[in-house]
Order: sequence, then C-alpha cells, then structure tokens
Amino acid sequence: MNHSTNEKHILSVLVENQPGVLARVAGLFSGRGFNIESLSVAETTEPRVSRMTIVTKGDMGVLEQIKKQLNKLVDVIKVVDFTGKESVQRELALIKVHARPENRAEVLRMVDIFRCRVIDVGTEYYTVELTGDEGKIGAFLNLIKPMGIKEIVRTGALALGRELK
Amino acid sequence: MEMLTGAEILLRSLEEEGVDTIFGYPGGAVIDIYDRLVRTGMNHYLVRHEQGAVHAADGYARASGKVGVCLVTSGPGATNTVTGLATAHMDSIPLVVMTGQVPRGLIGNDAFQEVDILGITRPCTKHNYIVTDVEDLARIVKEAFYLARSGRPGPVLIDLPKDIMGMTAPYKPNGEVNLRSYQPTYRPNLRQLKKVLPLIREARRPLILAGGGVVLSKGSEELTRLARKTVTPVTTTLMGLGGFPPRDRLWLGMVGMHGTFRANMATSRCDLLIAVGVRFDDRVTGDIETFASNAEIVHIDIDPSSIRKNVPVSIPVVGDCRLALEILNNLLEAEELDQMDEAHGPWLAQIEEWKSTRPLAYEQGDVIKPQYVIETLCRLTRGDAIITTEVGQNQMWAAQYYHVDKPNSFITSGGLGCMGFGLPAAIGAQVARPDKLVVDIAGDGSIQMNIQEVATAVQYGLPVKVVILNNQYLGMVRQFQELFYDRCYACTDMECAPDFVKLAEAYGALGLRASRPEEVEPVLKKGLGAEGFVLMEFHVEKEELVYPMVPAGAPITEMLLV
Ligand SMILES: Cc1ncc(C[n+]2csc(CCOP(=O)(O)OP(=O)(O)O)c2C)c(N)n1
Ligand SMILES: [Mg+2]
Repeated sequence: MNHSTNEKHILSVLVENQPGVLARVAGLFSGRGFNIESLSVAETTEPRVSRMTIVTKGDMGVLEQIKKQLNKLVDVIKVVDFTGKESVQRELALIKVHARPENRAEVLRMVDIFRCRVIDVGTEYYTVELTGDEGKIGAFLNLIKPMGIKEIVRTGALALGRELK
Repeated sequence: MEMLTGAEILLRSLEEEGVDTIFGYPGGAVIDIYDRLVRTGMNHYLVRHEQGAVHAADGYARASGKVGVCLVTSGPGATNTVTGLATAHMDSIPLVVMTGQVPRGLIGNDAFQEVDILGITRPCTKHNYIVTDVEDLARIVKEAFYLARSGRPGPVLIDLPKDIMGMTAPYKPNGEVNLRSYQPTYRPNLRQLKKVLPLIREARRPLILAGGGVVLSKGSEELTRLARKTVTPVTTTLMGLGGFPPRDRLWLGMVGMHGTFRANMATSRCDLLIAVGVRFDDRVTGDIETFASNAEIVHIDIDPSSIRKNVPVSIPVVGDCRLALEILNNLLEAEELDQMDEAHGPWLAQIEEWKSTRPLAYEQGDVIKPQYVIETLCRLTRGDAIITTEVGQNQMWAAQYYHVDKPNSFITSGGLGCMGFGLPAAIGAQVARPDKLVVDIAGDGSIQMNIQEVATAVQYGLPVKVVILNNQYLGMVRQFQELFYDRCYACTDMECAPDFVKLAEAYGALGLRASRPEEVEPVLKKGLGAEGFVLMEFHVEKEELVYPMVPAGAPITEMLLV
C-alpha cells in the first residue's frame, strides 16, 4: 500500500519501561519505511510504564499497519490513535530570538499577543517559552522569523483524549 | 531455597521447558555454561559453524513442532547466528538462541569479542533479552520459550553476560508467564466466521489458499475437512506444502512465481478466496492489483498485521488457523451443503482442463533432467520422506515434483530464501525424527554454503541423504539472466566445484554420482538404502529452466510456460 499521503496522526503508545524499548519503536518505523514527525517519551504515573507520543504521516492503510506493527512489539501495552477523536494537543518550544534595541519592543509585543513568556534575557537575545498546538507555534514562528531566530528547540506534540462534558 | 550458579539456573530452566537437545558451538563467554551442560542429560550437537546451529535448530523445530534451541559464544559466535535468526523470523519458526556476552562491567567498552547483538538482532527476532540480574534469569528463559512458541511463533534471543553465569542465586521454578503487553488472540471472533458461511454457500468458483500458518497451527486436518466438505480446491504457498494431501482430487499444487498453471489461473478466476495462514508475499501474489481481483477474500491469520498489509480483504479473521478452521467446520455441519459437488462442477471441470492442457512438464532425453531426479526420488520414497531444500531452482523443482504427504515434512527457507539452509536443517530434522528418511535437495552452489556441516552429520551418525542437482551454475540467477538479461551470465558460472564424491569420502561418508539418466534410479536406490550420511551428485542439464515462471511483478496469470 502506498506510504505517500500526508495526513498527520498522533499516536499515544504505552510501553513497558524496558531498556531498548525506544530502539524497538524507532527501528520499527525506520525498518518499515514509516514516518516519524516527532516523538516524545516519559514515564507515566506508573514508573514501569512510559508513554510515547508519536506524530506520524500516512494514509489510513499505513496508519493501520503502524498501529498493528506497534501492537506486535512485545513491550507495547497499548496504542491509542487520536485520529478523528477529540483530543487536546500541546507542544513546547524554546526560541532564542534576536532582540536588538530597535526590535525589542516588537518581540515583547508578540510575546504578549501569543501569551508566552521570556525566560532568559541577554544583551542580544531573548529566549521565549511558547506552549500551544501546532498552529499556534507555527504562527508565532512565522511572525518572529523576520527578527532573526538564532536557535529553536521543540518537544514535539503531546496529546491526551478530551473528557466528555 | 536451593542456591545455584547462573549457568546452573539456565540449564535447570531449559530442563523445565523440556529441552533435551541443543545445537551449539562453545567459546570463552559461554564456557561456564558448557562446563555444566555436559553434566546434564541434554544432547548437545556440536556444529561446524554457528549459522549451521541455528538452521539445525530451525529444522528440528519445523520437523518436531517443538522449540529449537541454540547456544553460541559472544562476538563472532553471536553474529554468525544472524542469518539463521532472519531465516526463522521470516518463516515464523520458534527458536530460543542463547548468546554469550562479555561480563557486564565490560559492556560498551569494545571489549574482546563484544558485539551489541541485541541491537543487531532486534529486527530479525520476535523479541530479545539481555540478562542483567541473575535473579531475572529463570523468568527470562521462561518468557523466551513462551514468546517463541505462542501467537505467531518466532525466534527469541537471550544474551548472557559471562559474569552472571558464575554468580549464585536462589533458584525457584517460575510459574505461568503472563505478560500484559503480549496477549495473542487464539479464539477467532465468531461473528466474523459466521459471515463466511453465506460466501461459501453462494460461491461458484471458491478456492482455498493455505500457507505456513496451517502447518504451524497443526491445522491441516481441519483444512482437509473444510475443503472436502465444501468441495473447494486447494492451493498452497511454498510454506504450506504438506498442509494438504497432494493426492487429493482437490489439490492444485503450489501457487505463485513458480506455481502450477491451474493454481495461478484458479487464484485469478476464483470468486471466493479463503486464505489461511498466509501473508501474501510478493512471490505469491505477483502484481498485487490483479491478484484474485474477482474474489471476495477471507483472510484467517493469527497475526493481525498480516491482514490488509498487502491485499484488501472482505472478511478478516484474527486467530489460530486450526481453531478457526475447526469452528468454521462445525458451523458448516449445520448447513445443507449436499449440492456443492454440483454447484462447483463447472469450476472443477475448468481446473481439470487447465491441468490437462498445461501440466508441469519436462522431457527426459540424453542428459539427466533435474525434475526426473526429484520425481524418481518421490516415487522411490512414496512421498514419505522429510524433505529439506536449499534455495534456487533445486528448491522450486523440489516443491513442484516432490509431493510430501504430511505436514512438517517440507522444510524450506521460504521468506528469506537462504542458501545453505538445507543441509543443517536436515541435520536438525533428522535429530528430531530419527525414525524418518531425511533428504536435503540441494544445488551445487547452495550446498557449498554450509558444506562443513557434513562433519556434524558424520560425527553424530545422522543418516541424512543429500541429493545435489549439479548444473554447474547458480541456476536460478542464471535463469533470470537467460530470460531477462540477454543471456549475460554474469558471475553465475560454478564450473570450479569440488569432486563431491571425494568430498564425501574425505568426511568419512559415502559419495555417489550419476551422470546419465539410466544411473539416476540405481544411484538413488543405493544412496537411500545405505546406512549413514550419503552425498549423491547428479550431473543435470546445465541450462534447464523452472517453468512455469511469472516475471517478478507481473500478474500471476502471465506465466512463461515450457
Ligand atoms: C545466501 C544467499 N546468497 C545469494 C542468494 C541469491 N540466489 C538465489 S538462488 C541462487 C543460485 C543458487 O544456486 P544453486 O544452489 O546451484 O541452485 P540452482 O538454482 O542451480 O538449483 C542464488 C545465488 C541467496 N538466495 N542466498
Ligand atoms: Mg546450481
């Protein structure tokens, strides 16, 4: 089946916290030609279990294979697919942006509009902490780019299902 | 509680799994285990190369249905197992392979004979472990065997740091394995199976496609029941050979690149395809768009990821093949199916016509035809031998002309197509089934890939018979070159080969040769009748081709024929 279509999907994968489990998951994606847009891992409330949040691309056939192949790994406990489900998604970005005297005010104005924070101030750079979904982070980066971004680091998406109201 | 060393715990755990046979090769990192191993009642077979150990354990597993077990040292011993692991992984064969490792304190230091075998084998094992605490050892062994044999079977590797083998710890046998993250589905969904009934009732051109999953799940009796009850013809993949009685009128032969004309045509024309324990490998389907494109497809398999991986399916059924077939058969008991013979009459007649107009064929002239050797072998042994094969033309002729009667009797590297598999696999099969005649059908190229294992067979008095179809070529590659590369036989000429008769003799075995057609039967009779290991070499037609042949990627109806 074809791996080319570019729909994004967020998968939440609960795994046994064993050494090598990240390599198993990463190896599965590379070995089978699946795509990883971003991946984040951390312990859950149960220390023996970690949660991986994986953003991947592909059509529904590819997505079905990805989920089945993940489930086949012995250390994978559960795979949750947020495609078509109500979920909350957030990503954290740290951005080191040029803040010369002439554009400092503009940077601060953006920070204010996007409700993010400056967490480190230097003579030439401000470091901005920004949380939001993909759209918000993209929009902020677009606007701030002309001022000159020195460095950027992003966590990749995190997601949880929404509670029914 | 009893205090034991790591090596003793390991062996005790193996004994608890019922292991009495190990194929292996020693070295520094496993010397403690070997020191204890010889004091147990287990039979250890010392191979001549670790690849041979894994293939032998694999052949043992395929012939017996049990888990095959290997023990090798760290570093090169471990890396030599990789081809064997990949072979078993592709064909879903249950193995536990134990590799030595440098002491824990040296791991990561590029120590002498250290390799990251876990990293290397992750993609070609079902799962792998490193033991980092002696207290985990017994549990890991238990889990490894459970994983190897349950669900879709496969090879599991356990890496054993040397220092752990010398440490002492209390030993307590482990209870049942329960892994929350690994719960294979054996019992198929009844609602899904019930959906198959109307399809069976309404089909006019039904076909069963059976694969290795039928053999692995011991489902061939239920398969035969289903076919006969519903008067449905059966084709199998290479891995499914032996899963259906070849002398039944419903048998079509193998499907795929070198499948029979009738099997490929039937697959294309059927209106219902019941696929059991197959994974729709490209060698089976050819062009995927035209594959069984007139059929509703029912796909039964224990591995959900096999379903809809390559082929769209109308009714997916996840579960154990044997169990699913049994339930389906029981559901069918309640159905009125008396008119099946009549309803499928035209279909069976069509298949019969395909069979009679385009049978498997060759002409035996002045030079020995490889097909004739296999056909004679099959006749002399009444299809009752366990056959292992190498890879190439020899493998395909074996599949086409040796009709094994029973499951677990056609042992071949299907998924990986691994030359050098047949001889060590025959050794393992012979160990598992000392009562049976075991024959490796070989090519002159493949046999040289693990020829060193003749010494293993001779050392343990294993009466394996090898039939070498010597065409002085890497024949299957040459066939592709002849048909698709303007006869440019680039590097496929194997003119320089050993004198196989003298080679056998050098190992202390019997070597025989047939160079003319009339010598074939006497040589086979003499070789099969002789005690001990025998190597028989047949000088066959050099440029014979395997027919039918579907060019890679073409629809399977587009066969090149004799
Ligand atoms: C380990 C390995 N290397 C290479 C190949 C590619 N290959 C497939 S068939 C074949 C020729 C085998 O020659 P031989 O054993 O003489 O068998 P024949 O086809 O002549 O019967 C080769 C080289 C392979 N399958 N396995
Ligand atoms: Mg050859």
